[in-house]
Amino acid sequence: MNPTNYHDPEYYHKVVDCQYACPAHTPVPQYIRLIAAGKYTEAYMINWESNVFPGVLGRTCDRPCEPACRRGRVEEEPVAICRLKRVAADFKGEISHLLPEIPEIKNGKKIALIGGGPASLTVARDLAPLGYEIHLYDNHNKGGGMMRSQIPAFRLPAEVLDQEVNTILDMGIHTHFNTYVTSLASVLDKGYDAVFIGTGAPRGKNLELPGRYDAAKNIHIGIEWLANVAFEHIHSIGKRVIVLGGGNTAMDCCRTSRRLGGEDVKVVVRSPFNEMKASPWEIEDAMHEDIPITDNHVPKSFVVENGQLKGMYFEKVKPEYVDGKRKLVSTGEPDVFFPADDVIIAIGQENKFEWIERSLGVEFDQWEMPVLQKDTFASTLPGVFFGGDAALGPKNVITAVAQGHQAAISIDLYCKGEDITKRPPADTKLFSTKMGIHEWSYDNDIANDHRFIVPQEAKELTLKDRKKEVELGFDLKTAFKEAQRCLNCDVQTVFTENKCIECDACMDICPTNCITFTTDEEEEDVLRMKLLVPAINKTQDILVSDVLKTGKVMVKDEDMCLHCGLCAERCPTAAWDMKQFLYNTAKAGHFCYV
Amino acid sequence: MSYIKPKFAHPRLPKNEVGYTKKYYEGVISTLCAGCGHDSISAAIVEACFELNVEPHRVAKLSGIGCSSKTPAYYLSNSHGFNSVHGRMPSVATGANLANRSLIYLGVSGDGDTASIGMGQFVHAVRRNVNMTYIVMNNGCYGLTKGQDSATADYGSVSKSGHVNTYEGIDLCALAIQLGATYVAQSFSGDKQQLIPLIKGALSHSGFSLINVVSPCVTFNNNPGSTKSYDYVREHNEAVSKVDFVPVKEEITVSYDHSVVTPIEMHDGTQINFHKLSPVWDPENKISVLSALMFAKEKHEMLTGLLYFDKNSKELHELLHTTDTPLHQLSEKELIPGLEVLEKFNESMR
Ligand SMILES: Cc1cc2nc3c(=O)[nH]c(=O)nc-3n(C[C@H](O)[C@H](O)[C@H](O)COP(=O)(O)OP(=O)(O)OC[C@H]3O[C@@H](n4cnc5c(N)ncnc54)[C@H](O)[C@@H]3O)c2cc1C
Ligand SMILES: Cc1ncc(C[n+]2csc(CCOP(=O)(O)OP(=O)(O)O)c2C)c(N)n1
Ligand code: SF4
Ligand code: SF4
Ligand code: SF4
Ligand SMILES: [Mg+2]
Repeated sequence: MNPTNYHDPEYYHKVVDCQYACPAHTPVPQYIRLIAAGKYTEAYMINWESNVFPGVLGRTCDRPCEPACRRGRVEEEPVAICRLKRVAADFKGEISHLLPEIPEIKNGKKIALIGGGPASLTVARDLAPLGYEIHLYDNHNKGGGMMRSQIPAFRLPAEVLDQEVNTILDMGIHTHFNTYVTSLASVLDKGYDAVFIGTGAPRGKNLELPGRYDAAKNIHIGIEWLANVAFEHIHSIGKRVIVLGGGNTAMDCCRTSRRLGGEDVKVVVRSPFNEMKASPWEIEDAMHEDIPITDNHVPKSFVVENGQLKGMYFEKVKPEYVDGKRKLVSTGEPDVFFPADDVIIAIGQENKFEWIERSLGVEFDQWEMPVLQKDTFASTLPGVFFGGDAALGPKNVITAVAQGHQAAISIDLYCKGEDITKRPPADTKLFSTKMGIHEWSYDNDIANDHRFIVPQEAKELTLKDRKKEVELGFDLKTAFKEAQRCLNCDVQTVFTENKCIECDACMDICPTNCITFTTDEEEEDVLRMKLLVPAINKTQDILVSDVLKTGKVMVKDEDMCLHCGLCAERCPTAAWDMKQFLYNTAKAGHFCYV
Repeated sequence: MSYIKPKFAHPRLPKNEVGYTKKYYEGVISTLCAGCGHDSISAAIVEACFELNVEPHRVAKLSGIGCSSKTPAYYLSNSHGFNSVHGRMPSVATGANLANRSLIYLGVSGDGDTASIGMGQFVHAVRRNVNMTYIVMNNGCYGLTKGQDSATADYGSVSKSGHVNTYEGIDLCALAIQLGATYVAQSFSGDKQQLIPLIKGALSHSGFSLINVVSPCVTFNNNPGSTKSYDYVREHNEAVSKVDFVPVKEEITVSYDHSVVTPIEMHDGTQINFHKLSPVWDPENKISVLSALMFAKEKHEMLTGLLYFDKNSKELHELLHTTDTPLHQLSEKELIPGLEVLEKFNESMR
């Protein structure tokens, strides 16, 4: 096989499983170590640079990093990466002096941001320090988008959101709140140098069933209803509530209902329980609040008597799998009736682009989604960019942030008249952690503990107050212990062929049998099977050295490496070194805050 | 960073027939110099015991003094152990073996521990054909005391300080064959493929098995001019045989080119498939082996593989007609059979 090209930073980037999986590529292990060291402000700022909303995300992130976490492979449960982020936010000190300076004298370019959600705010955060004059439009009276209108306060307190949104708005952003933009042409007419569209996916899907409009005041669209609760237009709901849908919106609707007077609240979902879209922890939290989930029930009709909603009929189904595809087929049993005073429809969201005149040159595809250039997020109309839920449909906050960063780079290049497809490379560094004999600048004495559970406020209290935060967050002692579970995957095992004397010391010591010296093979698949423990997890790379003196090659399976450093510790010639790898995705203007 | 071995193991580590993973056969983290050949031998012992499905509590590991003799701490943490005075391991092993023949005796020693201070002990364990495996981790120097030439250092070998050895080096394999060892092998710490089956064969052999393993001391004897350095051994290593260890149930039919495969039946029903790589020597004929060793020495070659094997081996218990029962299992009834038996015995002596 060809030896691995580990001079390509993407090789080591992939080894840092969590950071690689994070859409914004947050340097996770680096901030976890800072938390263990008690440096919460520094940990916060590392996050802030990458993901802009550490306090929000430390409570609400979809956490794609956690299923990727190596700890989940070598032990059972991943490191509580997300909730450690919250620790950094909760315990940080003053940050104002660490924020980028905003130039008094602007660069003469004006940018419009439509929508005030995380995507637009990220663009603002990245461009304001470069001297851009930024105008942000949103139909609500405050910034934050769905972080404010949808994510309930018991998961995300307003103070936390306000603080992080204001950090950005205080960068001299011109806000135009309570302004619903009804025409893109009118925005373009104002002479902006570029326009970013971050309007999200603001329309909730409806369910056209018999009886839908006969008791309309008690049949709600989930995201509209949540926004009305958040902006204090709705304060109560009936005692018996049915929530339709199995995603996170449904979970927020049912839990909010429990706080507004709903006593018998149930979630009814078409699919089998284990195929629900909602995150497992959200389902768990809902069930903990005595909300039963009824699966395999397809809604049939609303029952309304004298203009009063009585309940709903459901057809019982079972899943059948043909060629890996699921079909729901009727069980043949009679339809079931569930009584209800209110029904909330939480079955999905859609984009809403009626306000963009089709004549302007912004093309839309057959699904009414904007046609965008990959990576740059440029639309077909030069100077108009998209990001967040408006770009690729409903996702989550961290994806909106990641796309915001990319769009900001594009806007900056565009305004400078440069080629937007020439993307700036990530800022990477690789340096030895060796400090002396048996001494390395990171702590490999990882904890054997199982994942710690984040404590919650008593249910009796939280169900009474819609704004009472349910999760209490880790205390510092537990945070330290959880942080010590991290395996430091960014401390890389770097091999230098010409130093190796093939004494086998590393192969012998490796606690997880990652290293094998063996004869080379043409095919990677064959080589993988020849390792001490066959490298069957192909999502993880193998590191293959050049041919060594005896004709063998060194092969390391990255899959189960603990980054313990014992290979380097036991190598007589320092052919192995443990090197810290830093990877920071490029930001607009190549600006590095930390 | 502290010097610690994480508790985690590879989750897909296979288990052997007695239900253990290789991890269970490991010891604590080694404190030997990084890259010491001895660590590789420890790893080979771990692998051999795992593959042989040995239950760790059935092994007694013994050693003397030296870096090599420290290694029992680094393998088989779940076995019995005895760390004796310098050079006295053979006697302790002989005594232990006579008292409890139900255990598997695995002695490790250094070239200093064996060929200098322990020579008197070593030769008697060999000639008594004590049922044990005796591994010499041979680095040609006294590693622990900072690298003085040992009695196995080859004539002309240059030490790290530049001193040229003017004495003849002791050939432990030749000596053991002369004294009646019944399984004699030579190997290199850096060749686990060869070493592991040799250890498995030795552990299964009934009688005295010697494995002389050249094991470079990276700190004091890995310099140019040394005949026990990684580079020198790799260049001068001449494998004379290849060995596959065949468990009772399996059968291996592969045969290597230019080699004659001789299956050797072991005491416990297992089998060693012996691939003779050199046409001019007979592993069951002492004279043939000894002359092969002498020829190799002339040519500055080191013969590795299973050198000598005596299938008619009779270990010490058989020679002494001792009881089959380990002594600690004998009760007072058997040990003090009473006046009648005593009188009968006295009578037989008259
Ligand atoms: C109930 C619910 C719960 C969620 N929970 C989570 C969670 O826990 N974690 C997570 O990561 N994600 C969650 N999400 C998803 C997340 O909120 C979104 O993916 C994210 O906010 C998208 O960001 P954005 O900037 O693209 O758009 P948005 O946040 O949707 O912001 C767009 C803003 O633009 C405004 N707008 C739209 N059109 C116009 C217009 N024409 N003129 C002016 N303003 C306009 C909108 O009112 C909105 O304020 C949740 C979503 C819902 C519905
Ligand atoms: C009775 C006695 N004499 C001398 C010593 C000093 N001593 C300790 S180790 C050693 C030599 C060890 O050499 P070797 O057996 O080859 O082991 P190595 O360290 O090379 O593996 C000596 C002479 C001692 N410990 N005890
Ligand atoms: S163990 Fe730590 S560095 Fe590794 S993937 Fe998990 S959180 Fe990231
Ligand atoms: S750091 Fe080295 S010794 Fe530790 S698990 Fe990874 S490869 Fe093995
Ligand atoms: S001194 Fe030599 S024999 Fe002793 S541990 Fe170090 S390398 Fe091994
Ligand atoms: Mg020695």
